[in-house]
Amino acid sequence: MSKAIAISESINDSNGDVAHAQPSIGLAVYTLALRELVRFFRQRTRIIGALGQPFIFWILFGAGLQGSFRGPAGISYQEYFFPGVAVMIVMFTAIFSTISIIEDRREGFLQGVLVAPVSRLAIVLGKVFGGTILAVMQAVLFLAIGPLLAVVGLSPPISTGLTWFNFPIVLAYLALVAFALTSLGYLIAWPMDSTHGFHAIMSVFLMPMWLLSGSFFPAPESGWLSWVIRLNPLTYGTAGLRRLVTPNIDAVAGLPTFPVCLAVTVASAVIYISIAIWLTGRQTAHNAR
Amino acid sequence: MSDRIAVRVSDLRHRYGDREALRGIGFTVAAGEIFGLLGPNGGGKTTLFRLLATLLPVQSGTATLLGKNVATESRSVRQLIGVTFQSPSLDGKLTVTENLKHQSHLYGLSGQTAKSRISELLDRLGLKDRAQDLVDSLSGGLKRRVEVAKSLLHRPRILLLDEPSTGLDPGARHDLWEYLSRLRRDEGTTILVTTHLMEEADRCDRLGILHKGELVAIGMPDELRLSVGGDCLTIQSSDPKSLAEKLTDRFQLTPRQIGESIRIEGNAGHELLRDIVTAFPSEITAISLAKPTLEDVFISRTGHRFWENEPV
Repeated sequence: MSKAIAISESINDSNGDVAHAQPSIGLAVYTLALRELVRFFRQRTRIIGALGQPFIFWILFGAGLQGSFRGPAGISYQEYFFPGVAVMIVMFTAIFSTISIIEDRREGFLQGVLVAPVSRLAIVLGKVFGGTILAVMQAVLFLAIGPLLAVVGLSPPISTGLTWFNFPIVLAYLALVAFALTSLGYLIAWPMDSTHGFHAIMSVFLMPMWLLSGSFFPAPESGWLSWVIRLNPLTYGTAGLRRLVTPNIDAVAGLPTFPVCLAVTVASAVIYISIAIWLTGRQTAHNAR
Repeated sequence: MSDRIAVRVSDLRHRYGDREALRGIGFTVAAGEIFGLLGPNGGGKTTLFRLLATLLPVQSGTATLLGKNVATESRSVRQLIGVTFQSPSLDGKLTVTENLKHQSHLYGLSGQTAKSRISELLDRLGLKDRAQDLVDSLSGGLKRRVEVAKSLLHRPRILLLDEPSTGLDPGARHDLWEYLSRLRRDEGTTILVTTHLMEEADRCDRLGILHKGELVAIGMPDELRLSVGGDCLTIQSSDPKSLAEKLTDRFQLTPRQIGESIRIEGNAGHELLRDIVTAFPSEITAISLAKPTLEDVFISRTGHRFWENEPV
């Protein structure tokens, strides 16, 4: 009996400040997003790949297609492709930061987060915000450095509409596109057990989604391809960015208007993140693995 | 006073598709107790562990931790428990301190409170000089210690450990158990541990033995051993089947044949041993007399060996 009393007393004693700490969603989102950033900057090869690949794509495709490309209002391929590469950066970063969900699950880190008293919303937002920040950082870096390549002769001079004046708007818009694509990556990666599956989805779904978004080539006037491009939600993400960073108004005349781009991108982001939150909140045997 | 019961499980069932992993489990664990769930792999202990840790949905039956229902109050339950996983839930690309910091944040601890908790646990678990090392560079034993530190940051009232000794050498295993007993003594933490190791089970205050999704025995380790009988005779024979029949006829015993050997439980084993050896000298290749072990308890309750699912 005396043992039992001693135990219940010590339980009361241990109810100090720690036991009364309330989990906070903000703190949880912050810490999970921070982890994504720390992990990214700790992997040098990932940084080189993430920054090198888009520049290489832009320079090589630009050099190769510059002769044959007939762009709207006669703009060069480099200039046309410029916002498209920014969207590609966002897409690849979204893919690489959400593929880590599968690794987190396999390595056991995720189960530790799942048994913590944090709202499932915080788990989703932590991952998605982390990926969004990484994507925006790289895309902005590309938009700022890209035009300078003309100085060293790697690209013809391009006129960029990115100015100090519209920089905050471009940043916010990129963040929106990145948020949508990272949420999309999240909902694809969450149910998966292996990264192989994710790579398959990447090749047959995510890459074509980017290719057919008006990033790589403009939509034809008619035919099935024009319809696929019109139905692709990412088309509106790319078009919105193109409108923001292309100074030549004639070159973007055929694109959806900016309010339409914004509306479609916001709507797709809301749909993707809602599905991601719903998936994460379900208690399933899959979550326990 | 309901605080006296830390864990209450009743008629808990769980199935994965057609396979029934838990077939109606019920037990209680008192606050401040070290309770072990012993059983071979596939016996259902990990399923039970995951249900209690709120990782699996409760399909049928109830489980409450300090009065909070695992199925309906999972947020409150998560706040009460600390969980040590079999495969550590650590981020190998981060340092020990970074891992602990993220964990503190997840439990709502920040700033000075988090800092002092982290440094206290690093100290208590002997991790101070490895605090800035990447987790990937640590040995299995050290990783397990970080995992334990991680699960204790928010001072959980109940600590759940899944096979905590897996991959630990005997020294590290001993240290871990020393630490767990101290934790129970100093903070009154209730500890629930799953294991397939007899010596680990022996360190628990009470044990539940799980076999094929059923709780086949529950009690203090000594109590369980006594329930088997005073002594345990194991006989090796070239023809165990016929020897078992002869023993039944001659001594009115109920021997069990397990693989190539015969087991007899009962009192006054030394006299029985003498009589058996005298009666069948040529049919016995080896015979041993021992006090029952927890393995004997398992065999006597299930009719199976612990390691193989070979019927008797």
